[in-house]
Amino acid sequence: MKQQELEKTKEYKYGFTTDIESIRAPKGLNEGVIKFISNIKKEPKWMLDWRLKAFNRLKNMKEPNWQKPKYPKINYQDLYYYSAPKSTKDKPKSLDEVDPKLLETYKKLGISLKEQEKLAGVAVDAVFDSVSVATTFKDKLTEKGIIFCPISEAIQKHPDLVKKYLGSVIPITDHYFATLNSAVFTDGSFVYVPEGIRCPMELSTYFRINASETGQFERTLIIADKGSYVSYLEGCTAPMRDENQLHAANVELVALDDAEIKYSTVQNWYPGDKNGKGGIYNFVTKRGACRGNNSKISWTQVETGSAITWKYPSCILQGDNSVGEFYSIAITNNYQKADTGTKMIHLGKNTKSKIISKGISAGNADNTYRGLVDINKKAINARNYTQCDSLLMGNKCGAHTVPYIKNKNHSSIIEHEATTSKINEDQLYYCNQRGLNQEEAIGLIVNGFCKEVLQQLPMEFAVEAQKLVGISLEGSVG
Amino acid sequence: MLEIKNLQASVNAKPILKGLNLSIKPGEVHAIMGPNGSGKSTLANVLSGKSGYEISGELNFKGENLKKIPVEERAQKGIFLAFQYPLEIPGVNTNNFLKTSLNSVRKANGEKELDTMSFLRLVKEKSSELGIDEKILSRQLNVGFSGGEKKKNEILQMKILDPKFSILDETDSGLDIDALKIIAKGVNSSRNKEKSFLVITHYQRLLDYIKPDFVHVLSDGKIIKTGCSELAQELEKTGYKKLN
Repeated sequence: MKQQELEKTKEYKYGFTTDIESIRAPKGLNEGVIKFISNIKKEPKWMLDWRLKAFNRLKNMKEPNWQKPKYPKINYQDLYYYSAPKSTKDKPKSLDEVDPKLLETYKKLGISLKEQEKLAGVAVDAVFDSVSVATTFKDKLTEKGIIFCPISEAIQKHPDLVKKYLGSVIPITDHYFATLNSAVFTDGSFVYVPEGIRCPMELSTYFRINASETGQFERTLIIADKGSYVSYLEGCTAPMRDENQLHAANVELVALDDAEIKYSTVQNWYPGDKNGKGGIYNFVTKRGACRGNNSKISWTQVETGSAITWKYPSCILQGDNSVGEFYSIAITNNYQKADTGTKMIHLGKNTKSKIISKGISAGNADNTYRGLVDINKKAINARNYTQCDSLLMGNKCGAHTVPYIKNKNHSSIIEHEATTSKINEDQLYYCNQRGLNQEEAIGLIVNGFCKEVLQQLPMEFAVEAQKLVGISLEGSVG
Repeated sequence: MLEIKNLQASVNAKPILKGLNLSIKPGEVHAIMGPNGSGKSTLANVLSGKSGYEISGELNFKGENLKKIPVEERAQKGIFLAFQYPLEIPGVNTNNFLKTSLNSVRKANGEKELDTMSFLRLVKEKSSELGIDEKILSRQLNVGFSGGEKKKNEILQMKILDPKFSILDETDSGLDIDALKIIAKGVNSSRNKEKSFLVITHYQRLLDYIKPDFVHVLSDGKIIKTGCSELAQELEKTGYKKLN
């Protein structure tokens, strides 16, 4: 590892000015680095000022530590905050050079060879089919006036929209990781759907060129103007190996009057090895504002990766009659930990929220649902329904449910249901006796358990997610 | 079909089967009767490959040593166990379970997997043949099923998977006479020169409907008496005690 680091530094020294492919900001977190990032992205001054404001704020902030999964102290001065896509020579030249275990998983997920190459980061981007796919795709969107581009491009081309909405849902002062992200975010997606337009296809980072190597501090902003609809898929359904330790992304959604945003995530970052060594810290802030009347935001997440998953995709229900939904599957195996859930903040009249959470724990893992339902004084006739189910496999794992309910309104109705169950050996034996192997049996049982959430995913995603659910629990029984 | 020689099985060093011999030829129906704790269910479990038993002796299925073969592969080779207590699996649709199961077995045997349409046709055919309401198949697997429904569901699964060798582990226990007839029909309609059955039961009653070729009495881990179907009637009158 040391040797590798050394070589990287060397490369940085010599490659800094000549090879734009391997450019990288100096290590550490300081004003210089932020200016470096802003400069490289050719950002206007207002953007740099915004970042610096966040950075100055960050200096007086502390990391939150109320969560259940604890982690070793992160040395923020020891991280790189900007690293351009790896140079071609670092990438594997063909699939032969890729970890065979990873390929096996791809195969199980039914991912085509071409896609496998792309996911494993094989250096074939230029000739890859998806370039043409993406182009036709882009034409179709432009026709409808939909903007779908990297956020760095939006900052330059659509500054008014970005200025108006960036940080309007997650203020730069929100909390440590959100503020950190505001200071150093590198890239992410920007979506704007104009008034009355129904986006004709599922938008996915997958289709966006250069999307596969966005940094550890992603920033995504989605705006659905009045009466519009958009469904956005985030992430990659196949496992990505990543040496980075901390992922602190911010995602902001804004739905205006009568608009609807559906945001689906399948997260499968590197979870660490069987003994809990390595893996990603997935500390993400996701928040949506149902700003308009009759608007709707729906979060669906399938979290199977990362050493620690710590996130609460939330909805601020400002508009009257607005609706927030949260459907979640969190699977933890081996030594993985998850502390995830949602916040539903009811501000408008007749606002409704629905929370369906399915936590699955295996091995020595620990899984916590933490959620807040907050009904404001003015939120007359607000409704919430929460259902939290936990499934345990084996007897070394843990499941916890921590629901917070704040209700300041007499007219509201709040329901909460929770169950905990366990997959037992006999159920597996029964499935085995019907010709299903261990993996198929677990897949079947677990998919049955999370059916309500899987149903929320777009079709093509659902199939892969189903397989993923089985794969991520491999070897967890017997 | 099945050749068992000097089979011994124990759980946590407690011997349960103590030198059992049994030979079942294609087309035969064998019944095993015996008092509680004689090892009947253990025999069913050991044949299907359930883990947790220490086993010695010979266990051959169609000339192949079963001992090292895992449960699912035994099932794929055509061994079916109708459970005494079928398991409930919440959230899993019965039809979906059956289809996954059937296709695993077909795949393992190099046959083409059935698409949903042909599968549903097959299910319709088999369930109407047995007089089972196919509505139960759209429910979650065994969840909220009555005792009778669970057992009928086992027999329907047997019909659909069409195994070479079926073990019925006290499938008749707790059933009313109508359900009993359905179970018997399931077996009788599948009987042919190639298929064999091992029917484990406490009562002679089931054997009024399923005529076995042989009846064995299992006691203290061994087969102590073998006869034809009259033996069952005799047992009903005299009980097991006399045999010991």
